[in-house]
Amino acid sequence: MIEATIPPGTQGPVFYETDEHHHDAGGSTMLGFWLYLMSDCLIFAMLFAAYGVFGGSYAGGPQPHEIFELPLVALNTSMLLLSSITYGFAMLAMNDGKVRSVQGWLAITGLFGLGFLCIELYEFSNLIAEGAGPQRSAFLSSFFTLVGTHGLHVTFGLIWLVTLMVQVGRKGLIAANQRRLQCLSLFWHFLDVIWIGVFTFVYLLGVLR
Amino acid sequence: MSTENPIVPGQPHHDHPNDNAHGHGHSSAEAHGTRKDYIIGFVLSVILTAIPFGLVMSGVIADARVTAGIVMVFALVQIVVHMVYFLHMNSKSEGGWTLMALIFTIIVVTICLAGSLWVMFHMNLNMMPSMASGDTSGM
Repeated sequence: MIEATIPPGTQGPVFYETDEHHHDAGGSTMLGFWLYLMSDCLIFAMLFAAYGVFGGSYAGGPQPHEIFELPLVALNTSMLLLSSITYGFAMLAMNDGKVRSVQGWLAITGLFGLGFLCIELYEFSNLIAEGAGPQRSAFLSSFFTLVGTHGLHVTFGLIWLVTLMVQVGRKGLIAANQRRLQCLSLFWHFLDVIWIGVFTFVYLLGVLR
Repeated sequence: MSTENPIVPGQPHHDHPNDNAHGHGHSSAEAHGTRKDYIIGFVLSVILTAIPFGLVMSGVIADARVTAGIVMVFALVQIVVHMVYFLHMNSKSEGGWTLMALIFTIIVVTICLAGSLWVMFHMNLNMMPSMASGDTSGM
């Protein structure tokens, strides 16, 4: 065995397989999905750049410290963070092959996600009612586009999550479902990473501005 | 971190999602993280979120610029924490290609963000010399 000849603490040799060998269906799905997430990252980078450019263009309208309610944002952040760890527990249950447990954690994750969306929609409706809608100023346009795009991602994540709950219920934790759950895991945690950028650069720095 | 994900030299580094189907007999912890990983990540995230919110909401630091700097550092650290503990990024997953894609994306994102902000800031500066008052509504 090659492994046995390598002294501990050193890097083993890297082998390249030149022959075609059998791949499971979806063997490269995780890498492909990761590449999708990276391209999604670029979308958000552009929206962040737009917000960075227009964030100070109030057009005589409301400014961030007048309209942002940090306690609400903190509550929203905790919703998303809690949903991240409950999704993590769903993945652990999946590794143990516990169908009911996976569904339970997914349901809790979904509820936190739904809570996040409801708070965000409440915030948006409040802003629009106050006359701080997206058409008020370039700052608000870019704000609604950036935060709204994130919210849309969460919405689609929720639809996906419910779909997977049904799938797992009907077919169990087959390999295809495990792969799908892993993709959603990446997606869900990725959205949480984007939210770190949103609450820091939009809300906290906006209030400080 | 290295204690969480021990990488045995010479071990084949397949991180395929359905490794178990291959019969490699991998511990699933390597690819998916353990309960401990998630809990460490969660606790760190809570701390790294609570401090910036506390700083801004209480306004303990008089200088807003200092607060802004601290808040941004916390955000960067938290992003790394999420990457490591929730997204299970390491240099071995998918043969290192996820890390390569991430590095490439970070470079592109940095160029786009820094470039946009830089160019637009100077455009504002040159278009409106009297904008010291901060009114850029003409855009």
